[in-house]
Amino acid sequence: MKSFMKNSAAAMALIIGANAAAAEGNLVLYHWFEYIPQDLIEKFTAETGINVTMDTFDSNEAMLASLKAGGIGTYDVSVPGDYMVSIMAGEGMLDTIADGELKNKGNIASEWADPSFDPGRKHSIPYQWGSTSFAVNRDVYSGDIQTTDILFNPPAELQGRINMLDSQGEVMAMAALHVGIPQCSNDREQLKALNAMLIEAKAHWASFNSDTAKEVLVSGDAAVGQIYDGFSAKAREEGANVEYAYPTQGYIAWMDNVVLLKDAPNRDSALKFMDFLLEPENIAAVTNYARYNAGVNGVEEFLDPELATQPEKNPHDKVGPGVFIEVCSQEVQAVYDQIWTNVKK
Amino acid sequence: MAAGAASGGSATTDTYKEARTWLLLPAWVTLCILILAPVLMMLVYSFLTKEFRGGVIWEFSLAAYDQFFFDRGLFGDDPPKIEWTYIAIFWRSIWQAGAATLLSLVIGFPTAYFIATRAENMRPVWVFLITIPYWVNLLIRTVSMKFLLRDQGPLNDFLINIGLIDSPLHIVNTNFAVQLGLFYSYLPFMVLPIYAAVERYNFNLSEAAADLYASKWTTLRRILLPAVKPGVIAGCILVFVPSMGSFLAPDLLGGAKNFMIGSLIEEQFKGNAGNWPFGAAASMILLTMVLIILMIFARQQAKAEKSGG
Repeated sequence: MKSFMKNSAAAMALIIGANAAAAEGNLVLYHWFEYIPQDLIEKFTAETGINVTMDTFDSNEAMLASLKAGGIGTYDVSVPGDYMVSIMAGEGMLDTIADGELKNKGNIASEWADPSFDPGRKHSIPYQWGSTSFAVNRDVYSGDIQTTDILFNPPAELQGRINMLDSQGEVMAMAALHVGIPQCSNDREQLKALNAMLIEAKAHWASFNSDTAKEVLVSGDAAVGQIYDGFSAKAREEGANVEYAYPTQGYIAWMDNVVLLKDAPNRDSALKFMDFLLEPENIAAVTNYARYNAGVNGVEEFLDPELATQPEKNPHDKVGPGVFIEVCSQEVQAVYDQIWTNVKK
Repeated sequence: MAAGAASGGSATTDTYKEARTWLLLPAWVTLCILILAPVLMMLVYSFLTKEFRGGVIWEFSLAAYDQFFFDRGLFGDDPPKIEWTYIAIFWRSIWQAGAATLLSLVIGFPTAYFIATRAENMRPVWVFLITIPYWVNLLIRTVSMKFLLRDQGPLNDFLINIGLIDSPLHIVNTNFAVQLGLFYSYLPFMVLPIYAAVERYNFNLSEAAADLYASKWTTLRRILLPAVKPGVIAGCILVFVPSMGSFLAPDLLGGAKNFMIGSLIEEQFKGNAGNWPFGAAASMILLTMVLIILMIFARQQAKAEKSGG
């Protein structure tokens, strides 16, 4: 038994060693689904000779879980949302980018150069930013949609035809806007109200799904879908008669960021990839594909002209505030988890 | 079952006596590394303290089991009451898996009987045909199922076109859709063991029963069914057990609106909750339950064999 263990340990070491040797010129990317055009990855490989391997995730939390369960040391870069960058930095999962390591760092647009979730951009660069609210099928409902009532207190035509994102953060933040309480409030009455409101609203929802959030709108399975602005634009371009709402109560703003992970097996490749994504032409290709916004100077000339007039990017003048998802304290998060279980039980 | 294997092997014991330890080693290693170690790890994790945002702190804690069985209100400081939430989720899973098993049996038994009664050279072809759809990944099959069943999907189009219904049936995002999905996912696990049992069945017995004026129904009930019962039980277990823990069907076909055990456990690891000990505890409780159900099955089978023989 002992010698068997020794042998297998030796074999394992050999395999790992072989992998490490072959890993020069590789990049292992952990990315959202449907968020980077294949052409762009090929362009990066053509320019640098670095082969890209990509795994995908469908929520910030799922990514965090998989990195915690052993993904650190496997992946080089990932693409967390704003609040998740601060969580990951707090958990010590991010590597620091030293001054001068990114030659294109100066391209970052000034408003995104020093964000609260990563002061001084020590671990991350901007990827895309946009908003999360919801889209309504105008063939089904022609009334006023600029209100969170559409999701949480829907008119009869829309009841039972609503898809929510299967993501606690986005549902809770939107719900807090609807009830009119601060995010991560620890006030018991407010939390009780949030719980009661969500349980009542759930009766009108058809499903929770993030990765088919667009498809259910295109196919007509759902008449309302909580959705990101670019996804809503894509649903419209794919033929769904949907309108993206900017509720007067407010909506969720977000920014996704490319981060350098701790113990990245191909740190140099990762930095090259980040520099590549800071070139206006390249990040503009992502924007043209995903229909969001880049956080890099000089992208304008490379952008699809249709983007400027895209209705999903041009809120009406009565729109409420765009709020970033906040990171709750452990105590409040425990209550949020309880509420989420109550909603989904 | 284990006793049968041991007594069956006694004749060859001497031949392989020398090499026995070595020959058994792969089985033991597989058993330890792939089955015992993960279950033990789960058991240990279920008694640890949860770390905020996933992970565990190596301190003993009963919090996970407490959360499962006691309801302390939204803020965790009410006097404890019995927690029905998770019991209800388990009950729903048992119910859904049971319905899927029944559906598989109703469709799977005649299918297996049909295959077993074909000409001998055609049987492998039929078995082969049954397994073809299962070369495709489960996720793809479940998504395809959703496409077929959806309000604007081919099934509803067909039913409307032939005039059977006026407006589409809402099947997707219901419990029934979950049952259908589970049934379709695991149907071959029902068909194959029953087929194996029916194929071994001596059809002369049915003829003899008919000669003695037994009706077809009586023959099926009193002669065929008892003879193929082990196959039926194996099929039911093979469908029921994975159905209980499945999360693809409830998520995709049920709309992820109502947790089943599988999705509840998944949420503890992948979702916001990040409560690994609770996920491990729920898994242990599921495992214990399945074990109890299997033991009851095995007991009854042993009893039936004794009284039958």
